[in-house]
Amino acid sequence: MTVTDPGTAPTSLTATDLGTAPTGLGLALRDCAVMTRRGLLRMGRVPDELAYNLAQPIIFVLLFSYVFGGAIPLPGGGPFKEYVVVGVFAQTLAFMGVGTGTGLAMDMSRGVIDRFRALPMANVAVLIGRANAELVRAVLVTGVLALVGLLVGWRTHTGVLSTAAGLGVLLLFAYAMTWVGIAIGLSVRSPEVASTAGLLWVLPLGFVSNGFVPIASMPEWLQVVAAWNPVTAVVAAARSLFGNPLGMAAPDRLPLEHPVVAALIWSLALIAIFIPLSLLAFRRSARRG
Amino acid sequence: MNGGIQAEGLVKRYGSVLALDGLDLHAPEGQVLGLLGPNGAGKSTLVRILATLLRPDGGHARVCGFDVAREAQAVRRVVGLAGQYAAVDEYLTARENLNIFGLLARMTPAAVRARSEELIERFDLTRAADRPVRTYSGGMRRRLDLGVALLAAPRVLFLDEPTTGLDPRGRAEVWRVLGDLVKEGTTALVTTQYLEEADQFADLIVVIDQGREVATGKPAELKDRVGGDHLEVAVRYASDLPPAMAALAAAGLAEPKADEDTLRVTAVLPGGASRLADVIRELDTGGVEVADLTVRRPTLDDVFFALTRKADEHDRD
Ligand SMILES: Nc1ncnc2c1ncn2[C@@H]1O[C@H](COP(=O)(O)OP(=O)(O)OP(=O)(O)O)[C@@H](O)[C@H]1O
Ligand SMILES: [Mg+2]
Repeated sequence: MTVTDPGTAPTSLTATDLGTAPTGLGLALRDCAVMTRRGLLRMGRVPDELAYNLAQPIIFVLLFSYVFGGAIPLPGGGPFKEYVVVGVFAQTLAFMGVGTGTGLAMDMSRGVIDRFRALPMANVAVLIGRANAELVRAVLVTGVLALVGLLVGWRTHTGVLSTAAGLGVLLLFAYAMTWVGIAIGLSVRSPEVASTAGLLWVLPLGFVSNGFVPIASMPEWLQVVAAWNPVTAVVAAARSLFGNPLGMAAPDRLPLEHPVVAALIWSLALIAIFIPLSLLAFRRSARRG
Repeated sequence: MNGGIQAEGLVKRYGSVLALDGLDLHAPEGQVLGLLGPNGAGKSTLVRILATLLRPDGGHARVCGFDVAREAQAVRRVVGLAGQYAAVDEYLTARENLNIFGLLARMTPAAVRARSEELIERFDLTRAADRPVRTYSGGMRRRLDLGVALLAAPRVLFLDEPTTGLDPRGRAEVWRVLGDLVKEGTTALVTTQYLEEADQFADLIVVIDQGREVATGKPAELKDRVGGDHLEVAVRYASDLPPAMAALAAAGLAEPKADEDTLRVTAVLPGGASRLADVIRELDTGGVEVADLTVRRPTLDDVFFALTRKADEHDRD
């Protein structure tokens, strides 16, 4: 029999039973789940970030529906209020990717990512977990915005299924933009640069679109750009699924003739391009130091 | 031999900066290896390569027998890392940080829980364990960071300046934990700027400068390399400095140096006590009024200055 003195016996630091964790794919999935939980925990701790995510779009909804609402006639008819709310949805979701990239660059500069990379975990989980958490954030933001929209008089005029499909199209686009943000955040080093670089290309994307003004009001060459802008496709798809005014007399360019298909192709293409690009950037950062 | 660290000819370039210039290093299993070097010597770069965070541009290294470049995942399963800057999640609590990093280190949830409680207690974080790390002091953050590094009971530990920013009690605790770990067979590579700590706690010391290894040995061996004991004679008046120097020279001490500000003459004292008698006799003969006379063993500071300066001169040739 052995007698241990609980007062002086040092806790063992190596002989701990680490247990047997699952292996292979199960482990990789567990890593993703853990990283998603981390992202959600953080989100809960920084409520001001979420508030900041929401402040601008809420102001946009109010401004556009009350200040400009009556003054802007739409080609094809319909109330401007119902037109512009979906534009603000898409704009907001596109901008969220910038925050994702900035947050990731911040993690990189603080060495937290190094700690993950030194662990025997599935590296992709670092990125997938973040994208998942951002998707949850996008759901929250969309929910709050929809409520604000309803308050100012925005309505959908199709069935529940069609409305849900419209929200799905918006969220899929948000997910795609998250991966764009992740790729940017990993390629630049500092949070400041990530933020500027992100805005630099999201700003024109958000505004050279049918989000706030009908495309027909733009100069001819800009109309072409706007028509092929993914934001335009997503906004047109959501509007048609919600039964909101489209802001055009007759669709005259290919993506606008089939907005739902165009929106899905755009989002899936962005995901297909930017997930591998993000992984590549993640691996490359190991060589740069 | 398999449990230690072996690095051969490591080269790492950052653009035009040569951070590692053919570095060799061998750390036997179950020992604390103290890595010393001036700022910019390449210590962190070496640690990051060994912990699989950076790829070397040349040479190779093995940790526990696994190649850091080709078997990175195997290396990650056996090492623990605490980088130079605490890398814990600001917005999460200590418990949440430990939980998340433990699960990612592939421990079971039950093991993570038990282990976390143990480490929280050990590193004196019980009262703060459920507060976001954002509200911690620098030392608390550092202790949590070390706790995370120890979570999965690693066989090899890399600690980059683990005691920087800790108060004396925190530093003592780090070294105590490290001592316990090493007794149980863990190998630790620790960089530090506190030479007296390295002297006291490291089994083996490697001094690097400008990306190259300049000396390896036990603390005592390294001190022997910079010569014998140091003699220091303090006088009352500046006018006593020249006769004091003459006395030391007459006693056979090479190159005595005088410092007018502190009124001290210093020299290396070969042969220990027997020569000391000569020194005192000569000082007496020369009529020097001695205020204080000390003999001290060289410290690692002396080693550090002597070795890293030599590398400097070597470079200028
Ligand atoms: N990411 C980087 N990009 C460019 N140069 C770098 C980078 N990291 C380190 N260096 C350079 O490489 C050299 C070695 O740096 P390292 O951080 O390894 O030194 P160190 O010994 O840890 O120094 P310290 O005691 O200050 O922590 C330095 O000249 C440093 O400027
Ligand atoms: Mg360093």
